[in-house]
Amino acid sequence: MSKNQMTPDVQKDSSQLKQKQMIAEHYTRLAKAPDTGEKNAYTFVPGNLTELLRSFDLLPVLPEINALQSSMRGKSREYIAIAEKLGHSEDVCTYVKCDLGMMKSGNVGPTGERLPDPDLLLLSYTGCFTFMKWFEILREEYDAPVAMLHVPYQGDGVITDSMRKYVVDQLKTKVIPVMEKVSGKSYDEDRLKEMLTRSAKAEDDLVAVLESGKNTPSPIDAYFGGVYYIGPIFTAFRGTQDAVDYYEALRSEIDERVRLGKGPVTPEGEMKEEKYRIVVEGPPNWTSFRKFWKMFSDEGAVVVTSSYTKVGGVYDNGFRHDPDRPLESLAEYCMGCYTNLTLPSRVDMLAKYVEDYNADGLLINSIKSCNSFSAGQLMILREVEKRTGKPGGFIESDLVDPRYFSAANIKNRLESWFQMIQQRRDG
Amino acid sequence: MSTDLQTLLQEAEELAFDIDSSYVKAWKEKTGGLAIGYLPIYVPRELLHAQGCLPVGVLGAGDNLEIIRGDAYYQSYICHLPRSVIELGLTGRLDCMDGMLFPAICDVIRNLSGMWKMMAPEKLSRYLDVPQNFDPETGGLFYRHELEELSADLVKLGARPLTDEALRASIEVYNRHRVAVQSLYRLRQDEPWKVPSSELYLILRAGVILPVEEHLEMMASYEAAVRADTTRKPMDQARVLLTGSFCEQPPLGLIKTLERSGCYIVDDDLIQVHRWILSSIPTEGDPLDNLVQAFLSDTIDSPTRYIDDGVKGAELVQRVKDSRAEGLLFCAPSFCDPALLDQPMAVTAVEKAGIPWTSFLFSENTGQFQVIREQAGTFADSIKLWS
Ligand code: SF4
Ligand code: SF4
Repeated sequence: MSKNQMTPDVQKDSSQLKQKQMIAEHYTRLAKAPDTGEKNAYTFVPGNLTELLRSFDLLPVLPEINALQSSMRGKSREYIAIAEKLGHSEDVCTYVKCDLGMMKSGNVGPTGERLPDPDLLLLSYTGCFTFMKWFEILREEYDAPVAMLHVPYQGDGVITDSMRKYVVDQLKTKVIPVMEKVSGKSYDEDRLKEMLTRSAKAEDDLVAVLESGKNTPSPIDAYFGGVYYIGPIFTAFRGTQDAVDYYEALRSEIDERVRLGKGPVTPEGEMKEEKYRIVVEGPPNWTSFRKFWKMFSDEGAVVVTSSYTKVGGVYDNGFRHDPDRPLESLAEYCMGCYTNLTLPSRVDMLAKYVEDYNADGLLINSIKSCNSFSAGQLMILREVEKRTGKPGGFIESDLVDPRYFSAANIKNRLESWFQMIQQRRDG
Repeated sequence: MSTDLQTLLQEAEELAFDIDSSYVKAWKEKTGGLAIGYLPIYVPRELLHAQGCLPVGVLGAGDNLEIIRGDAYYQSYICHLPRSVIELGLTGRLDCMDGMLFPAICDVIRNLSGMWKMMAPEKLSRYLDVPQNFDPETGGLFYRHELEELSADLVKLGARPLTDEALRASIEVYNRHRVAVQSLYRLRQDEPWKVPSSELYLILRAGVILPVEEHLEMMASYEAAVRADTTRKPMDQARVLLTGSFCEQPPLGLIKTLERSGCYIVDDDLIQVHRWILSSIPTEGDPLDNLVQAFLSDTIDSPTRYIDDGVKGAELVQRVKDSRAEGLLFCAPSFCDPALLDQPMAVTAVEKAGIPWTSFLFSENTGQFQVIREQAGTFADSIKLWS
């Protein structure tokens, strides 16, 4: 069952049905790949090269998505235990261990069917060192070629010509030749350009949806609901007509909610009163996703924008895939993802979010697994508080390890934070 | 132990744990030069040296500093090194650094580079990105550009511009340094009772503070003194290779504990900056290209470095053989992603090679060694029993 199938009452609009259908078809194609001969590539969400892969008819498989979906299916505890028994440390990213445990348990995907072994391991290394180790681990398990794309970090908050050239050169000399070999097809730039055109169209619509959070009331929850909205574009569908259609439908549904002055849809139905408008930094917890969301919706707290919905591209800063500069724009995309930004850039962005979205403050959900997000978050919190004058909140959990989700603790902290916001308002 | 040796080791210890940066301050006063701090593991010190700067390793404060404010910057599940670096910064102990370099080895140090920019906006704070693509025309060009930018940043701070001549001279002196470090490592491999690791550690750690020329002298004096010391006799200890401690450093007490528990450490990952580049860098031709090329093709297989065509763990197994180690100690800092994610792959390789191993975690301020002592002691005993 996919994450969408898990939550049928979250959203019943046509966009929701469309997304469900896209995901189901994708996994069916993957499951049938050993018979149909379709080839796949295992790769990551941030800075992925979906259009390029698809221009070679390679189907993306995303281990992080498998891990989070395993978690929503209640499997992650068992999978993590398998990996830890194999000697993987308690201290490291649970996505890696969950993925490994899933693989050792038959590699059964979210639809209950076995995922194919990789034909290509595409290590596009953006924004997190763990990715590199993760793929080294996978490489030990599978006999598949590896293409490594090292994406430099925006250490000074900018993309320089040298950085761009480095990525483009790797695409040309390392990545594309391996894709040609694995797929048996030649690089077709025209096809890539068509896909990038479609990406940009979907990206426009996604930005409109995410920025709808500026309305009062916000028609969306840009964190818990947001993870559904980013699903297709961050994963396997960017560059496809399906993605264009999905985002068009989603945008018109959200526009309609704005017109009607409606709040977001939550697991408990439509939110009636928007009491708190908050910005969230950090990934969500997946093991208790609904319980976690309910802690917010019960309090009338709406996440008006979040950084997590930018891990696969900070489109609201104006970036779009550009068919006129196909490889350069892929390079810029890889380098521009949220976790590839330096801390001062993250602070600027979050402080601006608090202002632009007229939010009551920034909440950080600090994830034990993820140093890429978490190291430095306490300083981010203080800086954003200082700049905006709005109180910050801080909670801790994990992505897919249920041992690190303490509902009572999180609830207490959230309640005190909401009280603090209320007290400030009351003067 | 001779008085000279004692004095030398005392001097090394003072330098190694000079958390107040007294030496650096004095050096700056004397020379008027720039001091550039760097985090583990590797920065091209030759380039800094050629521009007249003092490269200063900032390896954390170990168990020598109480962390009062640094903990407020990090969640409990992040390693200890950045806390003590922040503490050093917040208490003014690194004010004498004109700049800080943060090499691309993990997300913690990467993010610390941005934190430093916010904490010390008036100072140079540079993330030193290093390629994971080792093709000279791709990763090589990128890295060269990084070094050129770094060099330009140093000039902006007041350092002299980089010249080929100066860089060649600096490469030469660091080549001599590499040879001297290798010589000490070889001596320890051959006669580990002559070079206790707790001493070697101090000598090498002093070398991230001292100018390279002075450190060469210190190493030469140390080597001469221990070679001449006839009181040091072989003991029945197990030869082990210590791995995983390439960034956050174990407290000195831990190294001593391992030795007391019956281990001769015959190879390790400590203070790796000295040994990151494996052999001498050529000085003919374009010296900056040579520096780049050495990084691309002549470095140790660190867990922080992508192993392209190689086999994971093969280099570690080779090091065990080369050092004639009888066992392997995985000794990683708690919460260290690169070390801990790498370890299961390394374990597979060493088990395949039939090498006994054990593992434990530490943090730079670990104060209790009893459990580790027992574990390492049992491990050493079992090696001696079966060897
Ligand atoms: S450390 Fe964070 S960014 Fe990296 S793989 Fe894990 S969850 Fe993803
Ligand atoms: S100890 Fe490990 S995780 Fe911590 S800063 Fe060093 S390399 Fe990074």
